[in-house]
Amino acid sequence: MDEERGARLRRLRWHCRRALLELDLMFQRYWSRVGDDVEAADAAALERLVAMEDHDLWDLVCGRTETDDPQLMGMIERLRQE
Amino acid sequence: MKVTKRTFDAVIVGAGGAGLRAALQLSESGLKTAVITKVFPTRSHTVAAQGGVAASLGNSEEDHWHWHMYDTVKGSDWLGDQDAIEFMCRKANEVVIELEHYGMPFDRTDAGKIYQRPFGGHMSNFGEKPVRRSCAAADRTGHAMLHALYQRNVRANTQFFVEWMALDLIRDAEGEVLGVTALEMETGEMVAFQAKATIFATGGAGRIYYSSTNAFINTGDGLGMAARAGIPLEDMEFWQFHPTGVAGAGVLITEGVRGEGGILRNDKGERFMERYAPNAKDLASRDVVSRAMVTEINEGRGCGPNKDFVLLDITHLDPQVIMQRLPGIREISIQFAGTDPIKEPIPVVPTCHYQMGGIPTNYGGQVVAPRASSMNVAVPGFYAAGECACASVHGANRLGTNSLLDLLVFGKSAGETAVEDVKKSTRAHKDLPQEAIERSLERVSRLDTQKDGADVHEARLAMQRTMQNHCGVFRFADKLKEGVANILAVQQDVQRTGIKDKSKVFNTARVEALELDNLIEVAVATMISAEARKESRGAHVRDDAPDTAEKPNGRDDQNWLKHTLWFKEGNRLDYKSVKLTPLTVPTIELKKRAY
Repeated sequence: MDEERGARLRRLRWHCRRALLELDLMFQRYWSRVGDDVEAADAAALERLVAMEDHDLWDLVCGRTETDDPQLMGMIERLRQE
Repeated sequence: MKVTKRTFDAVIVGAGGAGLRAALQLSESGLKTAVITKVFPTRSHTVAAQGGVAASLGNSEEDHWHWHMYDTVKGSDWLGDQDAIEFMCRKANEVVIELEHYGMPFDRTDAGKIYQRPFGGHMSNFGEKPVRRSCAAADRTGHAMLHALYQRNVRANTQFFVEWMALDLIRDAEGEVLGVTALEMETGEMVAFQAKATIFATGGAGRIYYSSTNAFINTGDGLGMAARAGIPLEDMEFWQFHPTGVAGAGVLITEGVRGEGGILRNDKGERFMERYAPNAKDLASRDVVSRAMVTEINEGRGCGPNKDFVLLDITHLDPQVIMQRLPGIREISIQFAGTDPIKEPIPVVPTCHYQMGGIPTNYGGQVVAPRASSMNVAVPGFYAAGECACASVHGANRLGTNSLLDLLVFGKSAGETAVEDVKKSTRAHKDLPQEAIERSLERVSRLDTQKDGADVHEARLAMQRTMQNHCGVFRFADKLKEGVANILAVQQDVQRTGIKDKSKVFNTARVEALELDNLIEVAVATMISAEARKESRGAHVRDDAPDTAEKPNGRDDQNWLKHTLWFKEGNRLDYKSVKLTPLTVPTIELKKRAY
């Protein structure tokens, strides 16, 4: 993995440190599953999700709110327990 | 290695509620103020606070700060300092109304006033009946508070250093605090922040426990830094636990689940609360339920392959009730317990929630430590507020909604005191002692050079399991004694952790190793302080200090009405008196704490 991509993924991992434990645990589970094997499209979706407010993101995960953005919904599905 | 120096009037570590409130006080007074924070301010753990902030506004019914003070002293099991408690309760209305003026979207009454709702332990007329005292912004009070304070800080030109980790206090030979060293995650660069006032608002350290409701960022960084710089930690044996966290995850299952008819069961399927609280059963108070759960587990009636949790059963409830009245609980259970509570019970354990102890301060937010014959001498240049500090208003147990109040009141007062101190100081910044900076650099560089280092994840897990098993919600003399030996052994491993990834940019492995350095200080302080306190008081409940006629609830005022001080050097303990004299009103006299 080139240094630039490695740094981007490490930054993304840090941005998965959240104010709510629920989100921390969900992201931890995701990273343990994928390791560094994250496709560029998924990394882009994650970057958009981690820019959200914690409560809004958790509402999306719980299905209390919805988004019609297929890229984000796809990533939300992957973050949820299968 | 050369370290860049940046100079400010004040530097604040932590950008949760307390840090932002303190920063606002400093910036608005015209001082050049820096805030160092590991995460973006509105990602701080204050976001998780839902309940509200206590203030005796009396918008819904008659209320008075003196009644609030009484409730807080009683809640603290008389370990809280009554001067600080009076100060906090008297200031509550002022800080809440200020926040309203900053744009905080509090819930409103029809008349447009701040709406107030009741909350456990808050009563009118000195414990007579529940009172509506909590001011909330729907279920996002902490979140709304952070946003209001952050916007205001931006307006006041507070300078934020986001995604920086503070590493060590810079303290000179005279004991004066002159700033902190910090690491910029983006570059791996180390910087010395020089300041006339250094304020810690780093939050709690709930991650010392295996089961914790705290987010991953709560690693007690301020406590670790203070301990390494020779500052004692106060009353670290007192941690508030919530009875029902999801086993293995810690996510909170609200009391509302038992309110709706949820039943706790052991491995035999028995409704065990009938034996411990025949009347209230599953709705008994938090400490009674937690103790019953631990007793079931300790006596071999826990569930699962390791028999280390009990079950919260709502399978008998109508699925529509679960969906309508307990929104979110089903999702939490599916996500973190892997069970659908409509079909199967939820595995739960008592879970660490809040740290009552911390860096000792007075009600002005100054950090205080023993010196010569006095136990409370201000450490020049050093202040602390919020969960990392111990003013001490929560004493042996905290009332709900007093944590947000604590961070507003003491964030502000630490800021005010720092402004006064900086403005009256006429001299330039003192030179930074090179040896203090070198020590900090060495701590970081050791991680890169450590041979056959211990694994950070494994060492952290060992610490968390030791704390959970030996120093949980219900404590036993032999387990505590064993726990002291075990946690000191874990500490040896932490001192020789190593990391494989040596990269500079966003090296999260390095950050986690440095966080563990802080967590272990808190864990050791907690275990040693808890082992030494031979009574039950508030959240510290020992099996060998039961409820008797001579010592109601196991509390021993004759020997233990005192604050613990733990010093890192030699793991030494000392004790200091509880301040029983308030500022203006008579002492709230000792009596049995009963609700």
